[in-house]
Order: sequence, then structure tokens, then C-alpha cells
Amino acid sequence: MIDAATSGEATAVPADLPAFLDLENCYQCGKCTAGCPVAERMDVVPNQLVRLAQLGLVERARRAESIWQCVSCQTCSTRCPKSVDCAAVIDALRQLSFEKGDAAGSQRRTVLFQEAFLRNIRRNGRLNELELVGVFKTKAFLDDLSIPFLFKDAMLAPRMRAKGKLHFKPDRVKDGGVLERMFDRCLRQA
Amino acid sequence: MTEIGYYPGCALHGSSNDYETSARACLAALGVQLREVTDWVCCGATAAHALNHKLSVALPARNLALAEHDGFREILAPCPMCSMELLKARQEILADEALRAEMSSLVELELRGGVNVLNLVQALQSAGIDRIKAAVKKPLDGIRAACYYGCLLTRPPGVVRFDDPEQPRSMEAIVGALGAKTVDWNYRTECCGAGLTMANEETVLELSHRILTNAAAHGANCVVTVCPMCHVNLDMKQADIERRFNAKHKMAIYYLSDLVGLALGLSEKELGIDRHFVART
Repeated sequence: MIDAATSGEATAVPADLPAFLDLENCYQCGKCTAGCPVAERMDVVPNQLVRLAQLGLVERARRAESIWQCVSCQTCSTRCPKSVDCAAVIDALRQLSFEKGDAAGSQRRTVLFQEAFLRNIRRNGRLNELELVGVFKTKAFLDDLSIPFLFKDAMLAPRMRAKGKLHFKPDRVKDGGVLERMFDRCLRQA
Repeated sequence: MTEIGYYPGCALHGSSNDYETSARACLAALGVQLREVTDWVCCGATAAHALNHKLSVALPARNLALAEHDGFREILAPCPMCSMELLKARQEILADEALRAEMSSLVELELRGGVNVLNLVQALQSAGIDRIKAAVKKPLDGIRAACYYGCLLTRPPGVVRFDDPEQPRSMEAIVGALGAKTVDWNYRTECCGAGLTMANEETVLELSHRILTNAAAHGANCVVTVCPMCHVNLDMKQADIERRFNAKHKMAIYYLSDLVGLALGLSEKELGIDRHFVART
């Protein structure tokens, strides 16, 4: 994939990515990928994502399923000898992918999960775990019709309940109005 | 009793309520009282930074502003993801006056960025390791702990500015003061899969299996963490890990405050250890 790309020096950050990313500093040593705990599962590994972004091939990068496999552990950014914030590049690609509504292929469930999480926060201010499980499982089921996945963690619920870890009366913030306005303004600007 | 601000985050008010019990009891035994930030909201976690950059700054910024409003100069955020997100927002706001003004308007509270954020290790350090050592009533003789830092306690180093991101030792120093042994092992800063537990369980089970396997191979009889997500993956999901890899781990997973509390003479119930899934054998 890298060979197929043009060999010309890419310096500017593509217009659809934030300018603070310092992509031009990457010289493709591969340190980010070497330390990535999930690289072996990825279709496009971290240093390749940075290279695609350098070359302005942002659409190809944001359609990589690997951006949703990333566990956000910050190892890549921490170890980069040129201080390229690879984890921030992946975040920027995810944000763009979410905005454009990309399908995310095999990592579809992760996108649905993050989306359900954010909606949950918008509604409650603090995470309501039972609501998150219910909404996420329903959306995932409507998406892929997997019955095993729908019921997979059902056995955990009674054990969690026995341990006092299920909350039927969850926290909620008092000033929900400000949160609603914050979400409105942030998501509108995206 | 000294009082410090406290940002629990969603996990400690949800299924990781054992951690809240533990942190509160342990710190109270050291003379530190936790007072919650008024009407705090979720830090946004991975969902915010993966889906919307502005929200990933605004949600922590709202909490920093609320803490300032409460008059706190320092708050404890025991969850490393919360504390990293809070520190990251604070750093960005302090570096950029325009952003500070924009965020103040967005979160509808004047925001100066003056509140410092501590993780649990730092809260224990500031209580004083010598003081902890002097207060030990029940030295933890039989414990051989694998101190597990995970990701966000030390990363990104430019944001959290805590310990060494590759070879951290701060937890060993505390566990050692309790009369316990610590083991040297390889997965101290590897990721357990964090918040992907539900959406991508396969990844979480595999990463967590490697961590538990390596800890046992180096002679540990328990793993010590300060992260609620690490605890969920290593403790609550341990039975799933064992089934998936046809392995027996039976590895007890403690919060750092559990071990300090036990050494100070608190009971397992007082520390919420009875709510863990895997008991120490």
C-alpha cells in the first residue's frame, strides 16, 4: 500500500484533518506499530495510517477498519521518536469517519457502542450503565441480527446484581440543560 | 482530617463502586476526606475523543470549572481515564487563551484552569509513604503483587506528567511499604483493552489473558491496579478469559487502595473487596 503511494514529499496537513497533527515529522520508522497491542488484528496499521494522512489520502485512511480497533492506549504517541501524535491522528480519522457515516465493516459494533455511550451522556450527564447495555445491544442486534451477541452477557447481570454492582436508580446530573446546550453546540460545529 | 475535592467519574458511581468504597475508606484511614465536585458530569471518555474533538475538551472543561466554582485547588480523579482527560483539557486551556474563553462560554462557567488533578497513587504519595508505613498494622506478608499501571496512568507522559511511562515504580514503592513483595514482570504498562469490553470482547479477553499469564509466570499471586476498567477486564471478565483460552488464572485483582487499607487494618468488607469476582486463594 505504501509502495503504491506517490513518492513525493508530503508536508501539509490535509485540509480535513486538524493542523496541529505535525504529520510531516513522521519518517516511517514503524515504532508506533511495533508497540501497538492490536496491530496484529489491523487491516491498516498505525504507521500506514499516518502515511496515508501525510499523502492526503484521508478517505482511504478513515475507511480503514483499524481506526476502530485502536484501544486508545497512547503507546504509539508515547514512543514516537519524532513526537508525532499518532493516537490523535487516529482520533481525527475516527471523528471524520463518524461525521461522514462510514460503515466501519467488521468494527461496526464499536462505532455503535461509542455512539450509544455519547447519547447516554447527553441524556443523563453521567453514564447509565443498564441503559447503555440495553440501547447498544438493541442497536447492534438491529444492525447484524446476531442472537448470540444479543444475549451474550446476560449471565453476568445476576452475578453483578449479587455483588451490588447493578444500579437501577442511576445518577443523573441536576443541570441537564447546560449539557444539552454543550452537546448541541459541539455537534453542530463538527 | 484534610479534605480534598473528588471527581468519581461514572465507573466509580456505577459497576466499579467497590473502587469508590476502597478509595474512600483507605484515604479516610489516612486522614483524608473526599468531597465530591458539585453536579459533575462524565469526562466523555473514549466516546468523546473518538467521535467529537470539541466535546472531548468541553466535558472535562465543565468539570474543571465546577471544581473551581466549588473552591477546590486540587481534585482526586481515581479513574486514570478521567484524570488524563481532565489534565489534557486543562493543558489545552492553559496554552490557548482563545480556547479558554470559548470553553468558558460553552460550559457556562468562568474557567481559569487552576485546578490540579491527582490520580490515586499521587493522593497516597501526598498522604505520605512514610506515614503509611508507620500506620501499617497488618503487614502483607503473603502478598506477591504484580503492580499493573496499564495505559493512561502514565500516558501520554506530556499530559499526565507522572512517573516513567516505560518503567514506572511508584506503585511498587507504596506496595513495598506495606510489607508485601512485588514482582518484576513484562506487562506493567500494556493495555487490557479498556472500554472495548462490550463492543469488542475478543480483543479485551486476549490482551487481558496475556497480562494475567505474564503476571503469574513471574510469581505474582495478585495484580494491583488503580484503574476501574482494568479491574473490570481482569476481575469481572476473568471467568470469560479462562473459558476462552481454556486456562486457569484464579488471580486476585486488587485496587491499590485495597492493599493499603488491608495493611492499615481495614476489613475486606470495609474496602469493598467482597464485591470482587475473583477471591484470593
